[in-house]
Amino acid sequence: MSSVTLSNTAIRQPNKVTLFFRYLRRNPSLTFGLLIMLFLVIFTVHGLLTINTKDAYPLAVRPKMPPSFQYPLGTDFFGRDLYAAMVIGMWQTAVIGVFAGALGTIIGTIFGFISAYFGGFIDAAITSICQILIPIPAFLIQVIIAGSIDKRSVTILTMAWVVLLLAWMGPTLVIRAQVLSMKERQFVSVAKLSGMTSLGIIFKEILPNLLPFIAAAFIAQVFQAVFASFYLAIVGLGPVREPLLGNTIWSAQTQGAFFNGWWWWPIGPAVAMILILGSLALINMGMDEMANPRIRRSE
Amino acid sequence: MNFRLLSKRLLFLLMVVWAASTITFFIPRISPKNPVRERFAELARTGGFSPEDLEVIVADYSQRFGLDKPLLQQYGDYMWGILRFDLGISLNKFPKTVMQLIYESLPWTIGLVFITTILSFILGNWLGALAAWPRSPDWLKNIATSFVLFQGVPPVLLGILLIFFIGFKLKLLPLGGAYSIGTVPDQSIGFFLDVLRHQLLPGIALVLGSVGGWVISMRGMGVTIQGEDYVTFAEHKGLGPRVIFRDYYLRNALLPQITGLALALGNLVTSAIVVEGIFALPGLGTMLNSAIRSNDFSVIYGIVLFITIGIATLMVIVEFLYPLLDPRIRHQ
Repeated sequence: MSSVTLSNTAIRQPNKVTLFFRYLRRNPSLTFGLLIMLFLVIFTVHGLLTINTKDAYPLAVRPKMPPSFQYPLGTDFFGRDLYAAMVIGMWQTAVIGVFAGALGTIIGTIFGFISAYFGGFIDAAITSICQILIPIPAFLIQVIIAGSIDKRSVTILTMAWVVLLLAWMGPTLVIRAQVLSMKERQFVSVAKLSGMTSLGIIFKEILPNLLPFIAAAFIAQVFQAVFASFYLAIVGLGPVREPLLGNTIWSAQTQGAFFNGWWWWPIGPAVAMILILGSLALINMGMDEMANPRIRRSE
Repeated sequence: MNFRLLSKRLLFLLMVVWAASTITFFIPRISPKNPVRERFAELARTGGFSPEDLEVIVADYSQRFGLDKPLLQQYGDYMWGILRFDLGISLNKFPKTVMQLIYESLPWTIGLVFITTILSFILGNWLGALAAWPRSPDWLKNIATSFVLFQGVPPVLLGILLIFFIGFKLKLLPLGGAYSIGTVPDQSIGFFLDVLRHQLLPGIALVLGSVGGWVISMRGMGVTIQGEDYVTFAEHKGLGPRVIFRDYYLRNALLPQITGLALALGNLVTSAIVVEGIFALPGLGTMLNSAIRSNDFSVIYGIVLFITIGIATLMVIVEFLYPLLDPRIRHQ
């Protein structure tokens, strides 16, 4: 079509930021996911700076008000400002997700490494424990754990621990598989032959190459943790006093919000949760593609 | 079928059941909370008997439930009970056993879960196969991709949005409940249609939430199979695209998907439990919800154990069926 003109300027290597943005253009799910996540972070941070924290707890404002200029998301039956409740709830969701996700990934990485690197009996033990635990629906076991804790003493961190207890098997198996395949690669043999210690090989040769997989596992874990804590809260096992998003939906449902016409009560937290989980799922899909370009989609 | 494989699978099933029941046995007993005391302390607060009688009642119930025996003996009794499908007695609805309660609500959950699993399996695999098929039109591929976006969203949240738009705003379908208030359950077609109307929204929510997973895995499978020699061979034989799609491409891509069926069923049961709670449908989920609300611990543990064992068993059954479907594995 148009004629090609060669420019005289020397070819410059674009800097890392440009390269990153160029990569984002090729990976739409990562881009969309990060954009939604950015929006959520700005919303929460802005909210935390402007709201009065007390408004998120009962008896703070006039109850049962539909969305208005003063209360953008309305107020609920117990007299909570739902906008304030959503901001606090998103913050708490982030705390649970990042805490349980990070710890689960670290534990999983360590187990995966131990299992793959030492092999033998340890490997067999760790993998068979994972395989036996995986068919058991984690949510149901979490119901038992959460149900065994005194309801009044449940906090955000307890929720994170409950979620964490059954969240390390996934990363363990993923990291194990990757270490196993990496152990046989040539650069590891070269390192071994040149007299590097086992620890040196683990930290200087294998770990840096694993980082994309660990990052992907981390996002997957955050997703699982948010999902699990949401399910626990929505069946009424969350920290009862906190305005966690699932808790808000649970209390709306137990008060018959739709039957009474208070539609704004459950809708806000539901949309927020859809955005959180949706963006995490999109980022996860994008990371998978980044860590493993071979499984690129065929579109 | 290979006998060694069979016994290995059965052993695995036993291990899963043992692990699940051991976890459900020990976790509540590690915790400092005394379920019986908690339950009756609640009753004492709401009035009904004086707090002094509480200790007597708690001691009596602890004895009746065998909670005063040594831990190992309790564990033995508990395991023996599970082998006989005895999950104990409900604290809240006292004379009824947990098993009786489960039998009452199980048909509702099974109906919802099985129908939605099968629907989403068919829909998801069909869409996924079409999305990977080079000859399918673009709009079909776009539909398939849009379902993938739903994949991260829990069905409960879709359910809430469906209640809001279809039930609350448009008033097309009921907001919740098993059947209209005031109807008497009978065997008539009218009652059946009423129940169906109430199951529609939760069903749609569950199907929408689980189709995406099938689309993704089927699309991946489809892309791999297109490169296989037998597909190329079929094309060169001059077979029509319809025959190739149905007999060569779909059949082969579908096989590995069946393995995922049991695992998907496990996820769907979890989602269905939560969805039932939101829609106030009768079933295991609502039973679990009310057990949690009334601190009825034997029912909570019983339901969890029942579902876990059920899913593990289904997984093993699917693995047994697999060689029957795939001759390549059968003859190995």
